[in-house]
Amino acid sequence: MNEIPLLSLLTFLPLIGAGMILFLARGSEADIARNSRWGAIWTSGITFLVSIPLWFKFDQSSAKFQFVEKLEWMPQFGISYHMGVDGISLLFVMLTTLLTPICILASWDSIKDRVKEFMISFLILETFMIGMFCALDLFVFYIFFEAVLIPMFIIIGVWGGPRRVYAAFKLFLYTLLGSVLMLVAMMAMYFDAGTTDMVQLMDHSFPVSMQPWLWLAFFASFAVKVPMWPVHTWLPDAHVEAPTAGSVILAGVLLKFGGYGFLRFSLPMFPDATIQFATLIFTLSIIAVIYTSLVALAQTDMKKLIAYSSIAHMGFVTAGTFTLTTQGIEGAIYQMLSHGVVSAALFLIVGVVYDRIHSREISDYGGLVYRMPAYSLVFMLFMLASVGLPGTGGFVGEILVLVGLFQVSPWLAAFAATGVILGAAYMLYLYRRIIFGQLTKENLMKIKDLNAREWSIFAPLIVLTLWMGIYPSSFLDFMHVSVDNLINQVETALAAHGQSLLAGR
Amino acid sequence: MIEKLVVFLPLIGAIIAGVIVFMPSDDKEKQHQRDTLAQIITCAGLVLSAVFAIAVFSDVALGGNPKTIELLTWIDSGSFKISWALKVDTLTAVMMIVVTVVSAMVHIYSIGYMHHDGCIPRFMSYLSLFTFFMLMLITGDNLIQIFFGWEGVGLASYLLIGFWYEKPSANAAAIKAFVVNRVGDFGFALGIFAVYMLFDTIHLDTIFAAVGDKKDATMMIFGGEFHALTVICLFLFIGAMGKSAQLGLHTWLPDAMEGPTPVSALIHAATMVTAGVFLVARMSPLFEYSDTALMVVTIVGGSTAIFAATVACVQNDIKRVIAYSTCSQLGYMFFACGVSAYSAGVFHLMTHGFFKALLFLGAGSVIHAMSDEQDMRRMGGIWKLIPVTYALMWIGNLALAGVGIPGTAIGFAGFFSKDVIIEAAYGAHTGVGMYAFWMGIAAAFLTAFYSWRLLIMTFHGTPRADERTMAHVHESPKIMIIPLLVLATGAIFAGLVGYESFVGHNASEFWGNAILVLKGHDALENAHHVPVWVKIAPIAVGFAGIAMAYWFYLLAPGIPAKIAGRFQGIYQFLLNKWYFDELYDRIFVRPAFALGRALWKVGDGMLIDGVGPDGLSSAVRVISRRASALQTGYLYHYAFAMLIGVVVLVTWYILAHAG
Repeated sequence: MNEIPLLSLLTFLPLIGAGMILFLARGSEADIARNSRWGAIWTSGITFLVSIPLWFKFDQSSAKFQFVEKLEWMPQFGISYHMGVDGISLLFVMLTTLLTPICILASWDSIKDRVKEFMISFLILETFMIGMFCALDLFVFYIFFEAVLIPMFIIIGVWGGPRRVYAAFKLFLYTLLGSVLMLVAMMAMYFDAGTTDMVQLMDHSFPVSMQPWLWLAFFASFAVKVPMWPVHTWLPDAHVEAPTAGSVILAGVLLKFGGYGFLRFSLPMFPDATIQFATLIFTLSIIAVIYTSLVALAQTDMKKLIAYSSIAHMGFVTAGTFTLTTQGIEGAIYQMLSHGVVSAALFLIVGVVYDRIHSREISDYGGLVYRMPAYSLVFMLFMLASVGLPGTGGFVGEILVLVGLFQVSPWLAAFAATGVILGAAYMLYLYRRIIFGQLTKENLMKIKDLNAREWSIFAPLIVLTLWMGIYPSSFLDFMHVSVDNLINQVETALAAHGQSLLAGR
Repeated sequence: MIEKLVVFLPLIGAIIAGVIVFMPSDDKEKQHQRDTLAQIITCAGLVLSAVFAIAVFSDVALGGNPKTIELLTWIDSGSFKISWALKVDTLTAVMMIVVTVVSAMVHIYSIGYMHHDGCIPRFMSYLSLFTFFMLMLITGDNLIQIFFGWEGVGLASYLLIGFWYEKPSANAAAIKAFVVNRVGDFGFALGIFAVYMLFDTIHLDTIFAAVGDKKDATMMIFGGEFHALTVICLFLFIGAMGKSAQLGLHTWLPDAMEGPTPVSALIHAATMVTAGVFLVARMSPLFEYSDTALMVVTIVGGSTAIFAATVACVQNDIKRVIAYSTCSQLGYMFFACGVSAYSAGVFHLMTHGFFKALLFLGAGSVIHAMSDEQDMRRMGGIWKLIPVTYALMWIGNLALAGVGIPGTAIGFAGFFSKDVIIEAAYGAHTGVGMYAFWMGIAAAFLTAFYSWRLLIMTFHGTPRADERTMAHVHESPKIMIIPLLVLATGAIFAGLVGYESFVGHNASEFWGNAILVLKGHDALENAHHVPVWVKIAPIAVGFAGIAMAYWFYLLAPGIPAKIAGRFQGIYQFLLNKWYFDELYDRIFVRPAFALGRALWKVGDGMLIDGVGPDGLSSAVRVISRRASALQTGYLYHYAFAMLIGVVVLVTWYILAHAG
């Protein structure tokens, strides 16, 4: 359809950049570091620019996959290299291309050792992430989905904090458990449907008796990625130990793999099982929202607090997805996007003071507003967005999910909404302890406010957060047709077995 | 066009002043120029906004020309479609006047009050930002935009209560205000969802048009089937209770006095806290169909009126007395709404806006004169030193106590508005109406008592402040006095001027479609035909209260201490505000933190991690040491099998028990 294979270009541009850094960055150590940094920022910057045409050329009135590329790969197994995006995946691709250069900028000064290797890892990570969102073949999807773990593992394990090895292995162990089950399920799907093409698989109806097993296998993998309670404990450790950029990409993009997976696989391919297990998802999501919000209240480490708040926010995503209502699903997608921006920004916020003071303990701060007014303002904005204040991106997703949940059961909405109250409590409490109060600590007396590089990191995120809050139509319009189509798929499949959904509104 | 100006001029002012915040100068002279610039821009914005608001009022309310101006699509998801829009009808226009006029006066007053402060542009920016959010709230044409303004004013309130962020008490109060309001917002949000579920829209006009068809609809909720409109109204009322500090969710308001005094006047007396009353009046077409909800509103309103008044009688902080008084007056407004006399509630909202702002700003003037002293036990004997403030406080208190001559058109603002509420409660001829009536009468007595207690303790008797403070007592500058004079004019005449239009015989023409009252709910009409003793009772108890205050605090100043000593239990109960704070701390705050820690350490640490990854890895280590022959890969298989087992078990359990 398109002259230029835009998606492949996007996916592999960072890999090419990584290759160039690997082979071309030569000279003294300082030269290598400098060249790697500039190489990485140019590569990721160009990748972002290349992704912009997606936004403008995407046809919002069609639910079909667009920018499709299809090449025979292993025809004897029915495997092809198949890429494409719809209204659900497109915005995640954009989120990835936006956050990567921001991460690289954020690592500019804070990564001092093995800069070249860091930048290469990050660009490879970007390739895998974009590839995952664009993949339309099970096999291709699986490769990208799992491969992401390798650079992430390295980033935490090499450039992380003191307990980095523990955190990296925990991440690895958790994710691996799910992956193997997913692989088995994929094989079963292949044997039943005779193809690995995801578009065809969506139309294929799997036997009702088989669906629960497939669904559970995928669930094992996605639930860890989201993460859902009770398989969430890897996240706080991973966040705490990861370098700032690692946390940003982890919260911003990697956590969305699970939510995206549910939308791409579980709902359209196993609709009967989806209905069957919706209660399980709701239960776990509600537990996640309340449980992790309470835990966040008790934290003394900034990054851990934000990590726990992430789990609570992702609880909204999983709950919204399984309402199978327009508002619930669009809200879930929106929540993932806004959380991608806001939580990324919050980890960057922590990174700013960590770079200066080298502590994540909340009690080591206090009274920063006196020295860092601009920082306080930016922190305030993202804190409020995280709390879900109307007018910021955080509100739209949350309210839509709650609307969807209320239609399923007012109990669910009421329980989920308590998370909103607790969210206000722990975020305001965090903000107060860091920013307000008197400036008494010796080492904070000379702390510097945001510099130009940091402003350039936050500026796009600020604009985006407000834009997403004030005029969300720009983003929601991409989703409408695809989400309706998704709900229709589920409905049709259910109708075949004589079941029906809640009146989809 | 002018409607847009009214709403957005304050926002523009806030943004410009906000930019000035980030251009500080070390040079004192230059900084002073910047402060002045921020003051001029925000004040000019607000004064213009107020002028335009009056124009809007004459067009919309007096000209009978309500309108809705669409600005921009906001959220659009399925049939959940809403826009940013300005809905201006009589109710909005009245609110616009109150908000912009009081806000403009507070802006100007703040120039004088805050002139010692180091962060003037920030303060002015917050004030204007608040005004913008408040205007967005009252112009919302759908529930979500009202919610936007609702949360926005909450944010501004949070920022302003915590304005002096070096004070731990201010920070704590700010967080408390935000979080307690969130509890109310929780109800509000559920109300919005229930509205959407019933009407398939959250656009106000569409809801109001459809409400007649849905009046008997039921809704399955929380395990039972209930009258849908009752459910909706009760949820919305929880929101209103949070914002308007009604009994149970009132605890944040007294603490909010940590903010600078102009903030207390604007946000915590005249405007934001009345948003709950506005919401109930705005949603009158729904409340009218639910007798249960109206009954709850009446009871909560009546109870708050008396509760807060009792507490106000024993407080010693001048601002806290007025804060509890606000709480109590809001109770009056609610029970007016509860007996379907919404227009009387809004009428009192308007007059109260003027005289309560006057009282707060007057108290600010006293505090300013007394070198930031707020405890009335360390005041006294200053009336000759600050005569203008003294006179203005008298006017405020006369209006608050509702002094006037029944049967004539002579009286202060509160006389007209409070009496019509009490009469309407009587006129409702219902059990709850009578409850509210008697609570209202009793609260009127206490209101007069604590108002004159405040006057006497503050201004009369022997000076109890130290000499340095006394030597420094001075009348406030003109920039503070002039806004007070404007508000005093309102406190004197607003009742007289507004009475006929707001609650007179032809009030329904004035209100148009803004407020709906069903046939048969004629408490307001009956209010004009109550027995003479009902008309006289409020003013009679008012004078009794004043007399008692004189007797207790001027003629026989030993009595209060004796009574307090004699009835120590009751005194402590009142002094500690019925122990609400302690109770909430015990049952909500501390358990939440304790639970959080327990879930973290025990739930995550010992159970999930202990059994999961950590347990697994240590098991691997132990077993591989003992039986090195066993292949480690085998263990992984075992682990997978275990995970599948757990998942299956949990799923089965949940499906079997919940499905």
